[in-house]
Amino acid sequence: MSVEQVIDALRGRFADLDFSPQPLLVRPDGTATEQMWVRVPPERLVEVMTFLKENEEALFDQLVDVTAIDYLNFPGAEDRYGVIYSLLSLVHGHRLWVKCFVNDPDPEVPSVTGVWVGANWLEREVYDMFGIRFQGHPDLRRILTWEGFPAWPLRKDYPLRGQGEREQYEVVTRESA
Amino acid sequence: MMANEKYTYAPHTMSKDDFVTTRLDTLVNFFRKYGVNWCRKYSLWPLPFATACCGIEVMAVGASRYDIARFGAEAMRFSPRQADLLIVAGRVGIKMMPVLQRIYKQMTEPKWVISMGACASTGGVFDTYAVVQGVDQFMPVDVYVPGCPPRPETLIEGVMAIQRIVERDGIVSSTERGKGFRVVVEPTYTLTVPSRQEKVDEPVGVGK
Repeated sequence: MSVEQVIDALRGRFADLDFSPQPLLVRPDGTATEQMWVRVPPERLVEVMTFLKENEEALFDQLVDVTAIDYLNFPGAEDRYGVIYSLLSLVHGHRLWVKCFVNDPDPEVPSVTGVWVGANWLEREVYDMFGIRFQGHPDLRRILTWEGFPAWPLRKDYPLRGQGEREQYEVVTRESA
Repeated sequence: MMANEKYTYAPHTMSKDDFVTTRLDTLVNFFRKYGVNWCRKYSLWPLPFATACCGIEVMAVGASRYDIARFGAEAMRFSPRQADLLIVAGRVGIKMMPVLQRIYKQMTEPKWVISMGACASTGGVFDTYAVVQGVDQFMPVDVYVPGCPPRPETLIEGVMAIQRIVERDGIVSSTERGKGFRVVVEPTYTLTVPSRQEKVDEPVGVGK
């Protein structure tokens, strides 16, 4: 089973969607990698993901990673955020990347925790770093920073040195300790 | 041997033939001044607060090649209640700083702090929102050990700087020591040059 067959199966099942499959990387000599990514609109994400997990030709039984990109000021980008799902089939040994583009204000994608339980903490990390909400997530809290942290640190408009979070502590002196 | 002559020597230098006749309160004062400090100097109990690669060097210092047991500080304690030397080794994140402060508060007097490496002292290369730019902004530090990470010899030199502080300061609490000595150690492999050794020794007395 190759990724092309998976994409053919996707097109056969979801004829109305434009997956626009592209290689992950094009080398300087013009050749492309065999690894592909497809774009899926957020409103159909869970449907497509369920198909990818359960279809006999796809069988993506492992969700390797959920991450995101902030495309602010990125040349040629149409959307602000891209949520990226990295899939692996342990049966067939092939991989596929699914990208899901969302925009300000209130960027929101449906949660895939109903498909892969392991998406729970991965989606919490994306929520923590980018502020992208996952609709239907059972426990959508920040995972690395604390509740009440005032910003979304990995957004491009957040300054690298922060907004003073690293300086707001009480000063423990020898007298006060 | 006259009793009065012995006051200039630490008690451990007496041979088995020496004896001393003195008043009991004089003897007690003598041991408080010299004996207790000497004992405390060679029985520092460090708490290795190791959060990054400096922690590997702390482990090397504790292992047989460098062997901090030669300086009596091999009893690594992971409870602040049982430690009197806090070695902050590695970068301290914004979530870790309150933990570090609480650990410092939980340590019993007298207590000393070594800020080990570039990250603990200044934030190092991690000039980001998530890393505290030097723990000395928010808590007292006695000795800074430079390096990225420091060589084990450098950390041992830092521990020896603490020992010199203990020897001169003794059992007064850290509150009475004020803001600390701000000692920066240099690597010990330069100590063969006598002038450099004086340079290392010099700052210890500055805070006094």
